[in-house]
Amino acid sequence: MSKLSRRKLITTGLAAAAGASGLGVAAKLAERYGLIPPDAGGLYGAGETLTYAAQRILTRHSMAQSFAPSQISKDPFANAVDPLGEGFQRLQQGGFADWRLAVDGMVARPSSFSLAELKTFPSRTEITLIACEEGWSYIAEWSGVPLAHILNLVGALSQARYVVYRSFQPDWWDSIDMADALHPQTLVTLGMNGGDLPVPFGGPLRLRVPRQLGYKNVKYITRLTLTDSLKRFGKGLGSAAPEGGYAWYAGI
Amino acid sequence: MEIPAKFQITGQTAGEAREMPDGLPVSSGAPLSVHNEGAIGAISQVAEVVRPRHSAFVRVTHWLITLSFLALLVTGVEILISHPRFYWGETGNVNTRPLFTLPIPASRATVPTGYGYVLPDQNGWSRYLHFQSAWVAVCTGLLYVALGFFNGHFRRNLLPARSDLSPKGLATVIARHLRFRPPSEEEAWSYNVLQRLTYLLVIFVLFPLVIWTGLAMSPAVASAIPAAVTVLGGRQSARTLHFFVSGFLVLFLLVHVLMVWLAGFRSRMRAMITGRHTPRMEGA
Repeated sequence: MSKLSRRKLITTGLAAAAGASGLGVAAKLAERYGLIPPDAGGLYGAGETLTYAAQRILTRHSMAQSFAPSQISKDPFANAVDPLGEGFQRLQQGGFADWRLAVDGMVARPSSFSLAELKTFPSRTEITLIACEEGWSYIAEWSGVPLAHILNLVGALSQARYVVYRSFQPDWWDSIDMADALHPQTLVTLGMNGGDLPVPFGGPLRLRVPRQLGYKNVKYITRLTLTDSLKRFGKGLGSAAPEGGYAWYAGI
Repeated sequence: MEIPAKFQITGQTAGEAREMPDGLPVSSGAPLSVHNEGAIGAISQVAEVVRPRHSAFVRVTHWLITLSFLALLVTGVEILISHPRFYWGETGNVNTRPLFTLPIPASRATVPTGYGYVLPDQNGWSRYLHFQSAWVAVCTGLLYVALGFFNGHFRRNLLPARSDLSPKGLATVIARHLRFRPPSEEEAWSYNVLQRLTYLLVIFVLFPLVIWTGLAMSPAVASAIPAAVTVLGGRQSARTLHFFVSGFLVLFLLVHVLMVWLAGFRSRMRAMITGRHTPRMEGA
């Protein structure tokens, strides 16, 4: 071996060691600042982690674009949902008077709210775009209670890192990190375009997360659970989406 | 003679040395006349000194981009068929009149296509892989552009000479392409003016545009940089433009592969894989 190649070997080795330890430090920092998504394992974990981390750094406080009333879609598309079943129909016939939103997990005061109670809370109205991962989109005016207000009301514990939300449809659940949960535009949505939220669009209660794609905006929500880890929920991937092959984070 | 640092020393065997093209100086240590601003050359002194046709950094980034682009293409088509309709502006859905519709079946039952069947949904892994490949493509592309400026690759290999840009010079090259004339031996060592212009267009126009229009579809990125979307005319406009820019990139890929084929597939592939060029008679 010539001197040149030995030097090359040493520098390459040092560079590799520095790179590996650099990655280790980066992983530690990313974990600490909540930049690792729950579906970070597996074949596409690297890309998913980069996307989530990059967008979290870029968008922690950014606001989804608000549109003018004239831009509200005249022909919004509700998308198809699985049959809601008899239980839902009974609630619907009663004008959803018995619909409850339970809040539990890492909160000081586990609570349950009726729609009437939710309607007494401070409300926020936003004209925002909802985009499906399939490619289509529409703009609507959404009104509801900021999720942050509810979390404040029930006394969210400081160690909570995610809010898990469940639909009336048993297989449909999802979760968001606290950056999205406390975001002022994240709404427990009761109304759309000036009226009650229609059932095809998720009524009586839908979580609007306007900085993420449509499938994070779960319809018919019944329960919020605050947690410091998503490992105990489902397969531990953060939501039903990764269990069906889709990314947990849908900011892209 | 001053040997530029970019010349690489390789331990060539006599057999490999014979593969040097005739037009290239392989014999003496004297300064050699080289084609195209002295950009190429090979000399033989005590050891064989050969400059590779494509530098290692060009070869590695070329194939990384190739791999990620093919993954982006396949997954992009999969994502597209879940809604093969296109719109202009911010919004568009099945209740909206489309700008145009691709006459293909869809992977969602909610899309009216005229076909009596629905293709299987592949969006989950397609989206995961699309964005992972985009990261590879973007990181590789940034590295390539940074190094390309730093080491003179763009100036030396891709910037067309002013004389080549004259109408007469361009006409000559275009006429040669239209007649499907095989390239001259010296063209194996340098890009002609059409190649240079095309590669510059792909690197500095089409790739940045396809990345921009792709990012403009992200609701999170749109919240951080709203102008990235509004300048394009809205999210659906970004999606439509993403489709067309991707189409131009596919067109480039097809013509690129066709030209490689016409110029001698094996020799051109060898040059891009190993860096070594072999003369025509040994190639395709």
